[in-house]
Parts: sequence; structure tokens; C-alpha cells
Amino acid sequence: MATNVKAQAAAPPARAWYGVVLLAWLVPGAGHFLLKRPGRGALLLASVAIMFLLGLMMRGTMFQPQTGDVLTTIIYCGGFLGDLASGLFYLLTVWLGYAQPDMAGHVHDYGTKFLVAAGLLNVLAMVDAYEIATGEKD
Amino acid sequence: MPKMNLSHFEAAILFALFSSVVLGVITKRTDADRLRYGVRCFAYFLAALIGLGWLMKLGHG
Repeated sequence: MATNVKAQAAAPPARAWYGVVLLAWLVPGAGHFLLKRPGRGALLLASVAIMFLLGLMMRGTMFQPQTGDVLTTIIYCGGFLGDLASGLFYLLTVWLGYAQPDMAGHVHDYGTKFLVAAGLLNVLAMVDAYEIATGEKD
Repeated sequence: MPKMNLSHFEAAILFALFSSVVLGVITKRTDADRLRYGVRCFAYFLAALIGLGWLMKLGHG
């Protein structure tokens, strides 16, 4: 009980970080821009954006959440979350109809992996923005 | 939307490059450390890529 109270007291207030993390999700690197780290924000934005665009140009497909056996659930739901982590890039791609159907071929397969990897790199950027916003990091 | 065809090697190099940039940016505390870590990550990616490539080639006979 006492430990829980201590942990709650030590947790940073949500107001300090949720806006930054939300912005960092929507626009990769934007959390760093908001926290006055423009150089790092620009590098993150460029890396995630180029990786996402390369994935699109390789005609990678966006995962749709599917359930079934454990492996199918992990791959499709995990892939969907990875795609979704790219924020506005993912949303614009789906809304504007650039999402490609699943096609056979090694280049399309690389493209699909690039799209997911771009989202996962953005998750790392969001965690970094969170740590800066809460003062855990410079 | 232009279409792009990359070989496995080219795709892996690009993947390694951008992943290394992000890993370098988010992990260390000074710019010099970030640069050093990013370059080291990229070198490790390349070593793994070339090493595994040779391993698969030799394994195929």
C-alpha cells in the first residue's frame, strides 16, 4: 500500500507529457520540436518519413487486424499496431487510398516491413520524447 | 506514386541506415556519443548483413 502511494507520488503528471507524446505519434519528430530539440526532431522526422515513403513506393501493404491462431493474431494485430504507430502518415495513406492490396513478391514484402519498421522507429521517438518531457532525460 | 524496385542488399542497407540514425538520436546524451553510437550500430548491421549473407551462400553449397 505504502509502495503504491510512493509510486503514484513519483509518477510525473500526465499533463506534462501526454500532449507531447500525442504530437510525437501524429507527426514523427514533432514532440522533439515542441521540446526545443529541432535537430533531433528533424533527424527523426526524416528517418521515419523516408522509410515510410520507401515502403509505399515498394508497394508494401498495410496490415489489417485479424484473429485466428496465435501466430496470425500476433502478426496481423502487431503489424497493424506497427503501421498505426506512424501516425499521420498511416492515416493519410489509408484516407487518400494509397494503401496497397497484399501482393506476392519480394519487393512488396520489403515494403511491408519498411512500413511497420517506420512505425516502430516512431514508437522509439515517442518514448524518447516522453522521457525528455518528464525530465528523465536532458 | 512512383514504383521502386530494390534488391535485398539495397533494402537492407537503407533499413540499417535509418534505424541507426534513430537509435543514435534517442539513446545517448551528447551529440558526439550519438554520432559514435549511430555509426557503430550501422557497422553492426552491415557486419550482420554480410556475415549472414555469406552464411546462407555457404550453407546452400
